[in-house]
Amino acid sequence: MERCAVVGIGQSKYSKRRADLSIDGLVREAALRALEDAELRFADIDAIVIGKAPDALEGVIMPELSLADALGAVGKPIHRVHTAGSVGASTAISACTLIESGMFQRVLTVCYEKQSDGNATWALGGGRSGSQGAGGSFAPWIRKYITKSGAPEHIGWKVAVKDRLNALKNPYAHLHLPDISIEKVRESPMLWDPLHFLESCPSSDGAAAMVLTNTAGAARAPRRPAWVIAHAKRTETIQFPGRDPVRPAAGVECAKALYKKAGITDPRRQIDCAELYVPFSWYEPMWLEGHLICDEGQGWKMTDSGATELGGDFPVNMSGGVLSSNPIGASGMIRCLEAASQVRGTAGDYQVEGARIALGHAYGGGANYFAMWIVSSEPAPSFH
Amino acid sequence: MEDIAIVAFAQTPSYRRYPDSEPALLMGLVNAILAETGLERREIDFTIAGSCDYLSGMPFAFISNVDAFGAWPPVYESHVEMDGAFALFEGFVRMQVGDIDTCLVAGSGKSSPGRPREIFPLQGDPYYHAPLGLDPVSMAGIQAQCLLTAGKACERDFAEVVSRSRRDGQSNPYAQVTADVSPDELLKEPYFASPLRKHDLPPISDGAAMVLLARGERARALTRTPVWIRGIDHRIESHHPGLRDLTTLPGLEIAAKRLAIHAAPIDTAELCVRYSPEEIVLREALGLDQGTRINPSGGPLCGHPVMATGLTRVVEAARRIARGDARRAIAHAASGAALQQNLLCVLEGGA
Repeated sequence: MERCAVVGIGQSKYSKRRADLSIDGLVREAALRALEDAELRFADIDAIVIGKAPDALEGVIMPELSLADALGAVGKPIHRVHTAGSVGASTAISACTLIESGMFQRVLTVCYEKQSDGNATWALGGGRSGSQGAGGSFAPWIRKYITKSGAPEHIGWKVAVKDRLNALKNPYAHLHLPDISIEKVRESPMLWDPLHFLESCPSSDGAAAMVLTNTAGAARAPRRPAWVIAHAKRTETIQFPGRDPVRPAAGVECAKALYKKAGITDPRRQIDCAELYVPFSWYEPMWLEGHLICDEGQGWKMTDSGATELGGDFPVNMSGGVLSSNPIGASGMIRCLEAASQVRGTAGDYQVEGARIALGHAYGGGANYFAMWIVSSEPAPSFH
Repeated sequence: MEDIAIVAFAQTPSYRRYPDSEPALLMGLVNAILAETGLERREIDFTIAGSCDYLSGMPFAFISNVDAFGAWPPVYESHVEMDGAFALFEGFVRMQVGDIDTCLVAGSGKSSPGRPREIFPLQGDPYYHAPLGLDPVSMAGIQAQCLLTAGKACERDFAEVVSRSRRDGQSNPYAQVTADVSPDELLKEPYFASPLRKHDLPPISDGAAMVLLARGERARALTRTPVWIRGIDHRIESHHPGLRDLTTLPGLEIAAKRLAIHAAPIDTAELCVRYSPEEIVLREALGLDQGTRINPSGGPLCGHPVMATGLTRVVEAARRIARGDARRAIAHAASGAALQQNLLCVLEGGA
């Protein structure tokens, strides 16, 4: 098996509406930045893997066809992944597999969403009228978590504030809310009890891209690579009696498989920081527990203690996370590339000092799709 | 390279209108493949499927398809919003990493709930093409006209493709539209999208196809007739018709060269001929001569379950090899209008 390294990272500026760019222009903005970071050109790329959420978000079917020219794919393999909200991380993993197979030397992977081109809430509701929105699906499970864990109400507000304060350090973030506060979150309109408006992710336009390569390619890279030391995916049936949607078995098993592959035995101690897919504030403690970073019932205490803040012992969503930028199909890839950026030491004002091991994560559907990867500054890190 | 073989395959008939759900289409195939190989669901290391939300008119339609794969306890799987043949590509690549032994690959689609000629213009560039309503049928007509203008084909050539395909389809139990009709009779029909006649088009179909891949010794243990995938590659052409010579496929030629398809005789070619003129373009791009039997199944002109049509080519080619009717075959899948994206797979029999 070839080892896979991230040698180029590119992001567009995320915002409510990138009216200045076509979809082609949006994906190129991120792709060209990733190539520039890797000091490569489209001509150097062997294959392209793209990902995005449902085609109905922009009304373009199988967009790899119309984006082939913009992504320099003509005459090359290009394929498109779609695994609901987890797609950004699934796409990164798919591209990583192309490298690990030994069949490709340099792969460009790009995810995007141009949500302002359509009506995301309509599309996310399965295209039916009167959609309850994603928050409407998740709120009952969040309520169940609160009841079960006995977490106080302010935990959600705290995550909402923390991630928006982190976003102020990230020039690409969609939301820059310098006056964010617990009071503001608490007083913002209730969208889906217990979720307030400011505890929910925005709807963004944006694209994210990475250049992946093998060991030989990494040796020629102009900047420090991030090594993908493990990845895992798990899916479970979305609806049946006996399923636990608050702590889905697929999420637990995905994390177990991931840590086993990486050689991690104590994730909280051995992982330096994480970019978790937290579209609604409460998912931070829920995934800390659901992905075995802490024991069941301890996630909200970990958040409350400040451990997940920049400067805490397990920083989460240093970039501002999905709560600050959410071009849906790209959001998982952003988690993966932000994790890579941390171990490359290129995260700027939100760099976790000395980050060596980072986790990138996404989930999707009715919390029944999970995709995660672990990146390291070393190709074969050892854990103690 | 890891040796990867197709050890079992299955397909549904091509239905004009399948009355049940897409997961139901897939479920029958999963059960058939498990029964044939004696495998349990938990022995499938990885599953990858191809389907299209827009056909069902419902974003996230593919999520319910995982029910057919028995995703409980949780499974390791993925999904491409493409024909199942592209899922086969990713499955094959995933197996090359060398840490898994089995991979289930599926493609499924139900075109009957929608109106394809209204849906598929949305495959076009959203700024310049889609507003024109430029659909794949019109693009196939333009491609056909390019062949005529370039002197590479005449209308009788299109009719001959249809006549042969629909006649071959008569012995294919999965075919939807078959006929014993001569080119002369076909040429008497009126134009539908000039120079195409209705019979130059595929039927509208529902259906699914599936293959089970296994590695090396595991493949040999699971079947006495493994069909080895000697290589798989796919390439895309420019999206803009004005930037293409629609009578050539330089991308597909790259794939054919890299796969060295002519390193040994090709007995059978299952080609994704959705519109009869496409066969002329594909034959030239692939350099196929009289020594290769093209679409003995009848091909997509006899049944076109979108999202499974390409993977069905692989199934049909594998069936002929497993049965001993062919030794070495190529299977081709296509995506987009006027053969914009093409996948090629080389299959071979032998222990």
